[in-house]
Amino acid sequence: MSPSVRLQEMIRVIRSARTQGEERGVIQRECAAIRAQFRQADNGGRSHNLAKLLYVHMLGYPAHFGQMECVRLIASPRYSEKRVGYLGAMMLLDEKQDASLLITNSIKNDLSHSSQYVQSLALCTLACMGSAEMCRDLAPEIDRLLRASNSYIKKKAALCAVHIVRKVPELGELFTPAARSLLSEKNHGVLHGAVVLITELCERNPETLEQFRKTVPDLVQIMKGLVTTGYSPEHNVAGISDPFLQVRILRLLRILGRNNDAASDAMNDLLAQVATNTDSSKTAGSAVLYETVLTVMDIKSESGLRVLAVNILGRFLLNNDRNIRYISMTSLQKIVVTDHNAVQRHRGTIVDCLKDPDASVKRRALELSLALVSAVNIRSMMKELLLFLSSCPPELKAQAACGIFNAAGGDVRDETVPNLIQLITTASDLHCYTVHKLYRALITDISQQSLVQVACWCIGEYGDLLLRGECDEIEPVQVSEDDVLDALETVLQSHMSSPATRGFALTATMKLSTRITDNVDRIRSIVSIYGSCIDVELQQRAVEYNALFKKYDHMRYATSCTENLNKKSSFCFPFVCGLLKVCDLLDLLGGSEEPPQPGPILGSTAPGPASTAGGDLLDLLGGLETPETPETPALTPAPTLTVYEKNGVTLKLHCHKQSETGLTVTLTASNSSDWDMSSFTLQAAVPKVRLPPNPVYMLISHK
Amino acid sequence: MMRFLLLFSRQGRLRLQKWFTPTPEREKKKIIRDMTTMVLARKPRSCNFLHWRDLKIVYKRYASLYFCLALEDQDNELLALEILHRYVELLDKYFGNVCELDIIFNFEKAYFILDEFLMGGEIQETSKQIVNRSIEASDMLQEDDNSDWYEVELFG
Repeated sequence: MSPSVRLQEMIRVIRSARTQGEERGVIQRECAAIRAQFRQADNGGRSHNLAKLLYVHMLGYPAHFGQMECVRLIASPRYSEKRVGYLGAMMLLDEKQDASLLITNSIKNDLSHSSQYVQSLALCTLACMGSAEMCRDLAPEIDRLLRASNSYIKKKAALCAVHIVRKVPELGELFTPAARSLLSEKNHGVLHGAVVLITELCERNPETLEQFRKTVPDLVQIMKGLVTTGYSPEHNVAGISDPFLQVRILRLLRILGRNNDAASDAMNDLLAQVATNTDSSKTAGSAVLYETVLTVMDIKSESGLRVLAVNILGRFLLNNDRNIRYISMTSLQKIVVTDHNAVQRHRGTIVDCLKDPDASVKRRALELSLALVSAVNIRSMMKELLLFLSSCPPELKAQAACGIFNAAGGDVRDETVPNLIQLITTASDLHCYTVHKLYRALITDISQQSLVQVACWCIGEYGDLLLRGECDEIEPVQVSEDDVLDALETVLQSHMSSPATRGFALTATMKLSTRITDNVDRIRSIVSIYGSCIDVELQQRAVEYNALFKKYDHMRYATSCTENLNKKSSFCFPFVCGLLKVCDLLDLLGGSEEPPQPGPILGSTAPGPASTAGGDLLDLLGGLETPETPETPALTPAPTLTVYEKNGVTLKLHCHKQSETGLTVTLTASNSSDWDMSSFTLQAAVPKVRLPPNPVYMLISHK
Repeated sequence: MMRFLLLFSRQGRLRLQKWFTPTPEREKKKIIRDMTTMVLARKPRSCNFLHWRDLKIVYKRYASLYFCLALEDQDNELLALEILHRYVELLDKYFGNVCELDIIFNFEKAYFILDEFLMGGEIQETSKQIVNRSIEASDMLQEDDNSDWYEVELFG
């Protein structure tokens, strides 16, 4: 029985196994047999045994015991054994294995073998898994082969040299002269290898790049030859003569022409010729045109040529082939910033692509559409984008909404901010994505007040998600606590920020004090700075927060934690801390010059309703009786009064004279029931007639 | 340069793997799992390009086999489609109306052909005829293992 049938027989047996367990059994038996065969002397079937092992390896089973067999087979004088041995080396050995070093000598010998097919095996293997050490060892051999051998070997040596340069960049200098001379070869395989090698050398070394700029005329000649000659059967692909070589030359020209006027000039005519004459009805032609466009946009080309390139992309947008539409949009995305007007001309087609059934095309169209929104076209663009948002796939909704909001700019109605915040709160699986995206928007631009407000709120609320860094939908970026605080401080200090925006930023800073660990002191200092701010609102908040730090640090965590979902109360956060100073009580304490008037807060003769709709809880102080009439100021503070006791909730008021002019009233709320209470809010009303000159603070101690 | 080429069936069974950069075994397995999951999940008339990590993935289905190529940022995706097509043409010429079974039972030949077409993550030979002739000559050499070595003149 011929040995190779045994290999196919084994494959047949493995494939006919009905279960995973059965397959494993067969493979274990085979591997045991193979191992035994490896240990025996040469029996003529070594290459087939190794081939069997390689098949088993491809199924995912371990095959490391074949590594030494590869080494042995490579050293064999038989071509059939070398062939499988080298294949095994490429599959089982990589530069990290010790065994790979053992084949260096075999490769060295085979590189000078009299048969070009043996040389070819050695070159291929070296280019596939050659380590830096092996490359250093064999580089002079490769250089020799680059100069003096037939074209079959030269093209392989060129790619081997590419691999060597990637592993050991300093060896680039060794290959530069040979690479230069290879450009005058006629063989396409050798030319292709030479162009790849020169590209690699130029990308790694700016001096080499300078040297190779002189080859631009030669490259232009070669391209012209490819584009203008008639049908060449050997290299023709769908009417294009060797598109593989054309694309590589265009790519090299791109590198040589970048930032260099002279080189760019030299290739201008050629690029125009390729752009106009290449037939793009099939993929091969489109590939060449695509590379041409990329080159034109990257070098210092004339404006006419640039317009031509963008128009090609515009034409691609109308192509029936989805792939071509896709790459057209990725290219337009790259140039939309630099050549905005040229891309705008194709806005209609781009917006149409929002309706494309393919998800990748939709995504690209969305990104591009958002980039094209401008003051001139915002109405029509918004219409299209909102239409898209209502029907787009869920994975794009977040991106679309964010983009629309960003694009809408500062002209957003007041309700939008709380409404958007409410939306964000309810979409809990998007919190991480949202805070990341908004943070990035914030650090780019803080002029749009609504966006900044929402961004600050999100950072305060979900700051821990932002600092953790990872997020599924976008690339991870390390955001440090300092970065976030920097961003918030920038908002606080910027003259562009409105007072409301500053309030958001300050509140967010405060909330972060419970979510970060290292920079609490920095937060304290920010907060205390704003305690003397001119803006009353900001000052009030800052003083409240300051107090929270100083006296009620143990409660800071509780009050700063995730707010309850009451729409309006998310903005009432400032009211949930601070000290109560009722300056109307000046009347009660005496020392006031003003004529005594009915104290609206204490006293049963208070004007206004004693109880409002909503229950007796709403008017705790309405039921209080003071022993004295309002006309005569009280000289002793009122005692502790239990103002409410029902369903386990007890509310006590305790008055305590702080100073000559100040009275502290402490409201103590306690819950004696077994269950938790939520949505506890305190609201204080101060009638306009007696608006106190100092801000009103409230204190609640949670028990 | 190309980073890797994978061939797998509609059930996700691997038929060929070529890695152009050194990759640990565990990482290879993970990449194979990711690729098969991603590509097999694609709808029939989707675009042939995907983004995965920092690479561009180009895939094409030929009969029951998916061909999947990973490219770096500067590589041309449309040309990659042509590369995959060229490889299928080479297999087709060699096996005569190639099908998945040919690649299963003659996997080492599929590798030999690939190694004459691509090398080190780049295209090695752009002419179909030259690749075909090289493979034929190598096969002949393998059969005539016991005769003396001889050189074959190749045109071009």
